[in-house]
Amino acid sequence: MQKQRLADWGNYPVVEAEAHSFERTEELASVLSEPGEIIAHGNGRSYGDASLQKRVVMTRKFASFLAFDEATGELTCEAGVLLAEILEALVPRGWFLPVSPGTKFVTVGGAVAADIHGKNHHVEGSFGAHVVAMEVMRADGTVVRCSREEQPSFFALTVGGMGLSGIILRVTLRMKRIESAWMVQETIRASRLSGLMDAFESDAAWTYSVAWVDTLAGGDALGRGVLMRGEHAKEHEVMDRARWGGARGGSLELPFAFPSGVLNRGTMKAFNTLYYYRNRQEVRTSLVDYESFFYPLDRIGHWNRMYGKKGFMQYQFVLPRAAGREAVEAILRKIQSSGLGSFLAVLKLFGKQDSFISFPMEGYTLALDFPVSFEVFSLMKELDAMVADWGGRLYMAKDARMDAAMFSRTYPHADDFREAVAVLNDGPTSFASLLSNRLGIT
Amino acid sequence: MRERILIVGATSDMGQAFARRCALRGAELILAARNAEGLKRLASDLRVRVGGTVHTVAFDALNMEEHANFYRDLPVRPDGVICFVGLLGEAEECQQSFEAARRVLDTNFTGVVSVLDRAAEEFEKRGHGWIVGVSSVAGDRGRAPRYHYGSAKAGLNAYLSGLRQRLWRAGVLVMNVKPGYCRTKMVAGWELPGAMTSEPDEVAGAILLAIERRQETLYVRWMWRWIMTVIRLLPEPLFKRLKI
Repeated sequence: MQKQRLADWGNYPVVEAEAHSFERTEELASVLSEPGEIIAHGNGRSYGDASLQKRVVMTRKFASFLAFDEATGELTCEAGVLLAEILEALVPRGWFLPVSPGTKFVTVGGAVAADIHGKNHHVEGSFGAHVVAMEVMRADGTVVRCSREEQPSFFALTVGGMGLSGIILRVTLRMKRIESAWMVQETIRASRLSGLMDAFESDAAWTYSVAWVDTLAGGDALGRGVLMRGEHAKEHEVMDRARWGGARGGSLELPFAFPSGVLNRGTMKAFNTLYYYRNRQEVRTSLVDYESFFYPLDRIGHWNRMYGKKGFMQYQFVLPRAAGREAVEAILRKIQSSGLGSFLAVLKLFGKQDSFISFPMEGYTLALDFPVSFEVFSLMKELDAMVADWGGRLYMAKDARMDAAMFSRTYPHADDFREAVAVLNDGPTSFASLLSNRLGIT
Repeated sequence: MRERILIVGATSDMGQAFARRCALRGAELILAARNAEGLKRLASDLRVRVGGTVHTVAFDALNMEEHANFYRDLPVRPDGVICFVGLLGEAEECQQSFEAARRVLDTNFTGVVSVLDRAAEEFEKRGHGWIVGVSSVAGDRGRAPRYHYGSAKAGLNAYLSGLRQRLWRAGVLVMNVKPGYCRTKMVAGWELPGAMTSEPDEVAGAILLAIERRQETLYVRWMWRWIMTVIRLLPEPLFKRLKI
């Protein structure tokens, strides 16, 4: 056991935590035998406080591959395995993750608990949709095996359940076949929001699509951005390149936290303009390796340090498709007029989602980064009201500040979820994070 | 040809990370360690990850009479050998009990020498191969907090440098790795300075690169070479007064 300062990727909040690692399930059971609130902590890549608590279980040492079936693509591994490790092992053998978030440095356990999504949500759904079965340790040390057939309600509670049903031990997920490590990418520049939206609507045929939005541009250019869509390249499309060997670019490491304020309106505006005009043509097709397509930011180690010691907050919401473009436009206008630019703003159209407590729903999702400041809190409060009024909600894995009322109002199964978690956690040890305490779930 | 690598102390954190990296590069592995359950788990993990060939052999650094047999009976002949075996020990226990002190000395030094000698014999005759000993910056100068560990590692440093002089003519690489602080089970619970502390996987990657470059001494993070140079140069009358 060791006491340490612990934070998730946004570096806000930072807590003093008692951290327990384990390599064998018996060790975990003995950690759980001590009463109190506890939560799993994987690689710390959720943004807010979802994996923080006074006592945490570190899962990174519990990270063996257990079985892989070359015929079906079913992989079984322990929950501390990073998606990066799966890619490293299986891409050269012709298999890819069914769903990839914007970073490969998340654990499998975290991917299930947050039911993460990727650029292919409109076609292939969220991560949980590809999970075949799981084993989860309950607070009393018993291990529950669950799937859609076996203990289905426990399974539904665990996928997207933010770790509140137990410690995810082992996961079986279905990988997908690929013919190369390359991606055919099409980049489309749109000079205003309507252009981006049109491009999304016409995307149905593409497996992957996502857009970067310039949140500082106003007036006619409001919501201008660059849409990227892609497909795994077929064998004949990679031409002279090594089929499984992506040419790796260099990587960069930010060695220390930048002074707060390096990232200000001026520098962000310059960056956004450069980025927007980087693509000379309006539509461009290229062949890129999968790492640059899916994980451009992973090239920069500790890019979160760019925001200084105070840290940053992500604000990701989804609005139902029915709320339409005007809702997205109104929110962008609100952000633009606040003067608090978001450095990285990512827009995506989700497809249908059928789950108990997961974040995605059919509609538009926008993810924004803001350096932590007093003004940002009040802006987010105002945005909360807009999002809730339109029937949208916020992503718990990126949240550090939403209040319990907002959660109850926007997640349709909030009450059932709270009750189910309470029933599961009726013993002396219970699973609760700072997030679940704040949202009134625990 | 696929390289065959013997990893002694394979279940240590650095050993596991090194084994993973070698397996991903397509090497055939012989994993040796005392912890039978951990060994089995690691081997099956690697087989699933890479689908390659992984052998396991029981090895106890302290059971030195068996080392010659252990080496002779390996399932395949290795092209390279790396030894991650090490034991930090409790400083006070070592001071008070010779049993404890001997365990530290034997695990870090005698038990390593007895197995690397056998590899050296084979590699010299054959005229190729590499031998990597994982030592420690603690071996660069004895310090009050853990001088039993430090002196055993100092012995290992001298052994590796001697072995290198003997074997370079035969074309065999002998490398000494001094990782500095690394986040492993050995130092679980210690408060370590972030910039000076490496991760096991980082050490593994650095060793593989160093083998490719045929480097002879490896400090994993750059500052350690300079820190240890200064520590080595401090005059003894001053050094003995310092609390470092």
